[in-house]
Amino acid sequence: MTTRHENEVVAEEDAGRDELTAAAVTIGRRGLLRAAALGTLGVGVLGALTETLVAAAEPATTTPSGPVKQWCMIIDLRLCNGCKLCTTACQTAHYLHEDQTWMNVYTMTNAAGEDYFMPRPCQMCEDPACVPVCPVGANFRTPEGLTLVDQSKCIGTRICMNACPYDARYFNWSDPVPAPRQPFKQEPEWPVPQVKGTVGKCIECAAMLPTGQLPECVTNCPMGVLYFGDLTSDAAVNGMGATVKISTFLAENDAIVFKEEYGTHPRVYYIPGHGQDLNNNSSAS
Amino acid sequence: MTDVIIPNVGRDQSSPQETDLRAVAMRPVLETPRWWWPSIGVLTVIVLGGIAAWIYQVANGLGTAGYNDGAFWAIYEANLVTFIGVSYGGAVVSAILRLTHAAWRAPLTRIAEATALVTLPIGMVFIIPHLGDPSRIWELVWPPYWNLTSPILWDFFAVSTYLLATIVFFYLPLVPDAAIALERFDDEVPSTRVKVRKSLYRVLVGRFGGTPYERRRLNGAIGLIAIMIIPMAVSVHSVLSFAFASSSRAGYMETILPVYFVVAALYSGVALVVLTVAASRKLFHLEAFVTPRHFVRLGFLMIAFGAAYLYLTFTEYLIDGYSGTAGASAWVYQIVAGRYAIPFWIYFVAGGIAPLFIMMFRRFRTTSGVVVASFLVVAALWIKRLVIVIPPATEPLVNSPLAKGGVLAGNWGTYHFTWVPISITIAATAAIPLLLLVVFRFVPILSMAEMEELAEGHEESGTLEVGA
Repeated sequence: MTTRHENEVVAEEDAGRDELTAAAVTIGRRGLLRAAALGTLGVGVLGALTETLVAAAEPATTTPSGPVKQWCMIIDLRLCNGCKLCTTACQTAHYLHEDQTWMNVYTMTNAAGEDYFMPRPCQMCEDPACVPVCPVGANFRTPEGLTLVDQSKCIGTRICMNACPYDARYFNWSDPVPAPRQPFKQEPEWPVPQVKGTVGKCIECAAMLPTGQLPECVTNCPMGVLYFGDLTSDAAVNGMGATVKISTFLAENDAIVFKEEYGTHPRVYYIPGHGQDLNNNSSAS
Repeated sequence: MTDVIIPNVGRDQSSPQETDLRAVAMRPVLETPRWWWPSIGVLTVIVLGGIAAWIYQVANGLGTAGYNDGAFWAIYEANLVTFIGVSYGGAVVSAILRLTHAAWRAPLTRIAEATALVTLPIGMVFIIPHLGDPSRIWELVWPPYWNLTSPILWDFFAVSTYLLATIVFFYLPLVPDAAIALERFDDEVPSTRVKVRKSLYRVLVGRFGGTPYERRRLNGAIGLIAIMIIPMAVSVHSVLSFAFASSSRAGYMETILPVYFVVAALYSGVALVVLTVAASRKLFHLEAFVTPRHFVRLGFLMIAFGAAYLYLTFTEYLIDGYSGTAGASAWVYQIVAGRYAIPFWIYFVAGGIAPLFIMMFRRFRTTSGVVVASFLVVAALWIKRLVIVIPPATEPLVNSPLAKGGVLAGNWGTYHFTWVPISITIAATAAIPLLLLVVFRFVPILSMAEMEELAEGHEESGTLEVGA
């Protein structure tokens, strides 16, 4: 058991390096790609393993390879002007249909009756409602805290769309947008192109993260609304290059999570501006 | 024991009747009425049309069935619930009435059980168009893929178990009948038709010899299955509701939902049994055994469930509407007075009030009155299932309605009915008579042994109610 974990950890490290090279140098080199793909597969297997055998696999996530990143997002609602460049950047990168708004910008109304804008990616819940309901276990949570969909398993019951309290899941009702050859293999970490008849959702650009790139929405936000960070190192950065210490940034700005009362423990934190309650609606009457 | 003459009580006097039980029960097996092949042909074409529509959907995606991200569940899920629901009628009429020793059930049991036998698989078939990728449906039966915390997986387990029980419950009472039929076939000209059925009956009979000991054991087994099938059916319809209820959506997240599903299944199930019994009675001339009294009794049974269902509906909407949380208020408002008001009130009038009204007055409480009421119930309960399934699936969860200034606001999703699911629904409906016609071409339409046993019991103890 121990040796197997070690092997996988090694594979995971290799994957990180290979993906870095593959993305940075060229995307045409098959050997590298295959290695990257295999490595990503290793990550996937490890993820699935941790998910099913939580107790047994736990040591693997804290092996000497260093602390595991715990991805999170901070959304500063005070700055959002509703331009939706995050949405289009996401759809361009993942080859999505126009109505597949993985990163959706909602027009909300605050207590004073004024409109404000609220970007809504997948909330990457610590206790996701979508994972336990899938009959074939196509949803899983990675050690880095990302909830992903394995589209090679998904049979399309859509019960996860029923379970998600954030409307963050989008089905492929027709053929997906055709995508050119991608720098990453079609994996839960990079489900491009999408698969007809399965569920897709925001992945926080999981495959790009080990290469040091920020998610597309974060990079493309001209207002610096979206911060992406790692809870382990307590640092987050936005598309404008501003870096914050997560713990103090959240505390000083009275950050909240969306629909806290649902007990999903999202890893997307909102910084409200003026009278915004995110329609946490349990007491709305 | 050859032929039993059933007492002429409450019998329909208007038409000439055949009272030889075995002759009547075996006639659909031995004779081909002039309408039989044309009916089979028309129904088969309709079913093939549904299959063609499904193939079109597989090729072009679920979007062709009118689904979208704003309405992720709709007609197929409602059909699944409806068809699995109506299969409960067979269990009720046959099992519950057997356990309560209601002897009048006897002429109805075979038809009721056959109705359950055909509607349950039709309901299960709706899993296939419901799935986005039906080619991977095998993952549901392949243990490495099982996620045991999923309500859908348990739906699948529960319904599959129930199907097995339904088959057994259809088969066991058939054993002595197959023995009777085999005996009767000795007098027939040995045509291919007779030969095929003889070999089928030989398989069905097995080593059953009809001795008193074997009869006792068989009745014991039937009694056991009759007891088992009731909690099993309750669990099936409850677990079916969990797929909806295991959610944070207003309208799905209801503790009342399992009870609601069970009662709806009983209600629509008895109604469908009325329809299949009425059709069989007309088509196969069962007037001597299935009498107007049967319909009135089934009608009362149906309406008892109907009243319970109306009560549950009232409770659900009243409490959710009254409690005033944003989602629940908006959902109730949309159903009672908003975008889903028309189908809801159609259900209320046609499936709630009208059947009660028909059964309430003696002048409407005739055979045709009960049949009309049952038709209304089956149709209205399908509409009610749409009203259960669609509104919560179209709820906007992020910008909640009250934040937008009222229960009517918010970006509700819309389900668009298209020709694809409508063709499939019509095909599934046509499959019920189609499969029943096929079933009754092979098995006796009346439960001969059961009726004869009850008749014997009558001669001894004087408590027979068969045909009364």
